[in-house]
Amino acid sequence: MQNRLINWFKYSSPATFYPVAGRLAPIFWVIAIALIGYGLYLSFFVAPTDYKQGEGYRIIFIHVPASWMSMFIYLVMAGWSAIGLVFNTRLSFMMAQALAPTGAMFAFISLWTGSFWGKPMWGTWWVWDARITSELILLFLYLGYMALVGAIDDRRRADRAGSILLLVGVVNIPIIYFSVKWWNTLHQGATVKMNGQTSMDETMLWTMLIMALGFWAYSIAVAMVRVRSIMLEREHDAQWVRDMIGEQA
Amino acid sequence: MLETLLWIIRRDVTIALRRRTDIFTTLIFFVIVVSLFPLGIGPELDTLRLIAPGVVWVGALLASMLALEQLFLADHRDGTLEQMLLAPQPLSLLVIGKVIAHWLITGLPLVIMAPLLGLQYDLSLEALKVMIWSLLLGTPTLSLLGAIGAALTLGLRSGGVLVALLVLPLYIPVLIFGAGAVEATTSGLGGSSHLSMLGAILLLALLGTPFATSAALRVSAE
Repeated sequence: MQNRLINWFKYSSPATFYPVAGRLAPIFWVIAIALIGYGLYLSFFVAPTDYKQGEGYRIIFIHVPASWMSMFIYLVMAGWSAIGLVFNTRLSFMMAQALAPTGAMFAFISLWTGSFWGKPMWGTWWVWDARITSELILLFLYLGYMALVGAIDDRRRADRAGSILLLVGVVNIPIIYFSVKWWNTLHQGATVKMNGQTSMDETMLWTMLIMALGFWAYSIAVAMVRVRSIMLEREHDAQWVRDMIGEQA
Repeated sequence: MLETLLWIIRRDVTIALRRRTDIFTTLIFFVIVVSLFPLGIGPELDTLRLIAPGVVWVGALLASMLALEQLFLADHRDGTLEQMLLAPQPLSLLVIGKVIAHWLITGLPLVIMAPLLGLQYDLSLEALKVMIWSLLLGTPTLSLLGAIGAALTLGLRSGGVLVALLVLPLYIPVLIFGAGAVEATTSGLGGSSHLSMLGAILLLALLGTPFATSAALRVSAE
């Protein structure tokens, strides 16, 4: 038991995690490019034309995975924050910060593609419906988090203040997810359901899942790259950084 | 416990009453913002009646946000806040006291002023009543949520703008249900369901936010 605990915390130190992140990033880049490439091929050439929405529906292959990721990344960030606040690990806060821009990007993509889809289908770029509005709030939460962390010079305080904000904002995630069920507004209900009653062609479903996995790999790859630079920036006067630079020079 | 709570409320209200301009700036800001809309949109009463709930609510939102900066700042500057952090009473209790006092000073005047502004927008008596109720249930939530933002940005250079960025997204549900209550009344649906939602949000905020605020205060005052 003792050994296992030590193993768990081994990679919570920037010095040991830095090379690991460097090795993981290329792997996830390859996975991401392969999956997204295959997913895009499927979504443009293989997936059948929707009988009601025509070709325009194909945008959901980006829209839905991006929305999933935007919510999921927020949850992961909040999880890292909670871990950081409880165990007082520096790396957790760095991971949360490394994920923030990616999450904000997915929230933006989700809104952007949604409005591209909305123009031909609903006849309008934007609707103030519950799900769209709460996704917009999610984007604001990401921006607020980044602004708060950026505005505080003291690292320790920035980490902690950002974490509290993230944990407060988590309230919004179930609101987005269930908004379509709770309020009967314009945005349609979830097409992919957990209980297997998916109202969707099988190829479409697979395409969407492949795209989601690709986005997942992309997020991990980007987070690894970003967390490496955050580590270097923050620990620039730590011994392990000096040793590493000394080895390279 | 209750004694501490009452003591801190009394203290904050007394301090505020000795510097009355702070109270009036918030109130006057609210009145001016709400009065600007008819000038910008035009004086047609039909349009005004339609936008009144939203305008009054957005005005209240902005006004209560402006007042947030003062919530902890004076205490932070003169060191009282550090004494509060060290006090044997739970910090969240002190926070609730400060928020209640803050609401009495900045929120309650808005609630009292709102019906007058509603009259300018030609709202019916029924709608006015619902508006007062919605503000009465909604503005304390604004103060509670805003306290988190105020505590997080305590003593930062760009504190004022940052508070807006942090707090306004959290305010949106209150705005939706608050303005929705008045709107539902004017359109004949009845605003009681919206008011119940506002009450529920207030209770949740009252339970959850004091802990978040005190955690944030501990981080900021470290």
